[in-house]
Amino acid sequence: MFRLARRLADLGIMGINRRNAEFTLAHNPRRYYPLVDDKLRTKELAVAAGIPVPELYGVVQSEYQVRYLPLWLKDREDFVIKPAHGSGGEGILVIAGRAHTNFRTVAGLLMTPEELNHHVFNILGGLYSLGGQTDAALMEYRVRFDPVFDHICYQGVPDVRIIVFLGVPVMAMLRLPTRASGGKANLHQGAIGVGIDLATGATLKGVSRQGIVSEHPDTGNSIRGLAIPHWETLLTIAARAYELTGLGYLGVDLVLDQDLGPLLLELNARPGLAIQIANAAGLIHRTNLVEQHRQELPTVPDRLAFARRHFGVNP
Amino acid sequence: MNKTHLYVLALILAAVGLGLFLYKVLVLNFPLAPGVESYTWNVEAKITFTAADEPVKLTLSIPRTTRRYAITNEAFVSRGYGLLTATEDANRQATWSIRRAQGLQTLYYRAEVVRVRRREVVSPTPAPKLEDPGFDGAELAAAQELVTRIQSRSADNETMAAELLKRLNQPHPGDNVALLLGKQTSVAAKMNLAVRVLALAGAPARVVHGIILKEQKEKLPLVHWLEIYNQKRWQAIDPATGAPGLPGHYLAWWRGAQSMARLTGGTDLRVALSSTRELETAISTAVVRGQIRKPLLLRFSLLSLPIHSQQVYRILLMVPLGGFLLVILRNIIGISTFGTFMPVLIALAFRETQLLWGIVFFSSLVALGLSIRFYLDRLKLLLVPRLAAVLIVVVILMALMSIITNRLGIERGLSVALFPMVILTMTIERMSIVWEERGPYEAIKQGLGSLLAAALAYLVMHNRAVQHLFFIFPELLLVLLAATLLLGRYSGYRLLELLRFKVFLKEGP
Repeated sequence: MFRLARRLADLGIMGINRRNAEFTLAHNPRRYYPLVDDKLRTKELAVAAGIPVPELYGVVQSEYQVRYLPLWLKDREDFVIKPAHGSGGEGILVIAGRAHTNFRTVAGLLMTPEELNHHVFNILGGLYSLGGQTDAALMEYRVRFDPVFDHICYQGVPDVRIIVFLGVPVMAMLRLPTRASGGKANLHQGAIGVGIDLATGATLKGVSRQGIVSEHPDTGNSIRGLAIPHWETLLTIAARAYELTGLGYLGVDLVLDQDLGPLLLELNARPGLAIQIANAAGLIHRTNLVEQHRQELPTVPDRLAFARRHFGVNP
Repeated sequence: MNKTHLYVLALILAAVGLGLFLYKVLVLNFPLAPGVESYTWNVEAKITFTAADEPVKLTLSIPRTTRRYAITNEAFVSRGYGLLTATEDANRQATWSIRRAQGLQTLYYRAEVVRVRRREVVSPTPAPKLEDPGFDGAELAAAQELVTRIQSRSADNETMAAELLKRLNQPHPGDNVALLLGKQTSVAAKMNLAVRVLALAGAPARVVHGIILKEQKEKLPLVHWLEIYNQKRWQAIDPATGAPGLPGHYLAWWRGAQSMARLTGGTDLRVALSSTRELETAISTAVVRGQIRKPLLLRFSLLSLPIHSQQVYRILLMVPLGGFLLVILRNIIGISTFGTFMPVLIALAFRETQLLWGIVFFSSLVALGLSIRFYLDRLKLLLVPRLAAVLIVVVILMALMSIITNRLGIERGLSVALFPMVILTMTIERMSIVWEERGPYEAIKQGLGSLLAAALAYLVMHNRAVQHLFFIFPELLLVLLAATLLLGRYSGYRLLELLRFKVFLKEGP
């Protein structure tokens, strides 16, 4: 058992305790958490900095506003409703279209307006928020993902998670929804995580709850060797998130829209650790390297160059 | 954050805790393991009477500390009454008084009684004044006849008293005794007569009234005993056989011919005695007995609290240990539970139900609650009303469970009521959400994790040796705090994480 721990440490695998003690606690000042925990503030912050985000249609702050929901959504064929303080992708409802008065979710289920309202009430009541405090519901643009992912995606929207340490992207993965994940791009819900070569933006192997995978379980297509478009832009947005929030250890979630290109979806101050499995690499060696050279990396281009030089598959 | 700071703090805490601990063990000789537990008795006298709307004065004889029993905590429960206690000869008395009272009055005297065995030699007491026996006429002649007989057959006061008692207790005691006793044949009457006859013979004697301590909630009978002044000491004699000594568990309440309670200003006076016992560690008894020196440390220890508060702290001190266990289970091993400290509270509830039944009750409550929660989900209720609804359902389920198990004759079912229902409600709610969001596998996994943590916490927290250790040496909490602080900076892998990351090793570098 100790040998196992020793070998994992040699590989630089980060454990939860280590992440909490030496990364989130040490590099993420608590006072900046609201910037990322509240998706509304993240959005405002990004817009102010000129970073593209999915357009916000409206915010439901309290119960009485729910009755205006049909009015607000009158002209919208498709949209996303998500809790402002949600975590782990919970409480996100993606409406892909309409059928008479009903809404059709991305999974093809029909929802009556009452059911939609109930979902919003649950969000407002704090069902999905951290600590159960009352929350707001955001309605926003539904991302139409880039067709490059068409053959390796089951419903939902694939997104790109980039871990940024002190402004330097250190690891990235592509998250592909599956039938098991119900169209959600979260690994613990059954989505597939695919490692990405930071230097080129090409996908590596994938990991699901079952283990390492090379094909998408629902479409059967290979997930390896796919070049992610706009890779430079994705990395740039991720690196800029550091200055945006002041958080030293950050998970940046991005999506690729077929029309709008890269969009910043949300930020996470406590990003998960499965990204290491998807990349078959540990985070610790990379973060150590960044820490050693942090003085030499003042600007975003510097940091991107550093990341591409050191954290690619064939450096 | 500087780690040295943490290490120094932990070191200081651990050093203080261990230092106190070692001082108590090595210098004060506190026992490390729980010794034989002894009992402390709670005795109670309940006095009821009807007041006649005039000044009331009630005098009650109360026990005093003797060589056999120490009276430790006394309480006089009497609303609006003035209270005065006084020691008079061999007796203590409490006098309640009030200017005006009407209707049924209830007063209580409560005391904690600890069995002691003082080794010191009994110091001689001065000879008491002999009271006039009050015989005259034919009675006097009969009594003198009796005295002559018993004196001729005895060597000292004690044997004389024994001889007298033997005669009094014969089925056909003879003419003299029959004359003196008249139609009264009760023990009390015989003993009063014995005291008078012995007084005539020049031997001081008195009746002792007391109770035999036993687990009895009400109507504890008074037991009368005889004491004779012999060789400058009072000597107890069994009134039935004349044998010396007192029965076991005998608590003397008062001495003399007067009645236990005397009342002016009321009628229908009744005194009911009861006694219950409470478990207590040998150590606090030892403190009371004076076998352990009483340093300042002890006067400010948990042992100085009343016994029922001690019982509370015995449990409370286990809660930090449960918390510590959860730190290990969650941060070192990596078990996930619903709610951080929920398992500790469940473990506390297991105390009453015992482990096996506790698990059965907990699982069935959660399972039933969960199924009802799934049904409520279809009604599309708002969050807080839904939580309240689940809470109500949980309480109803608990009540039903108690009733059904009671019907089935399973006594443990009654203690279901001690389950923390708010915690149960939150558990059910969170479990149902995890169930929906992450699937039944994850929900059941976390549920079993919580149950496992609760069971482990129960085993640790209800270990008698551990309880004793933390109760007698609460400074060990400082050591626990130090260990918790250190674990707070543990950044190594969790045990279950090793499984998760094992894929890295399969491929090999």
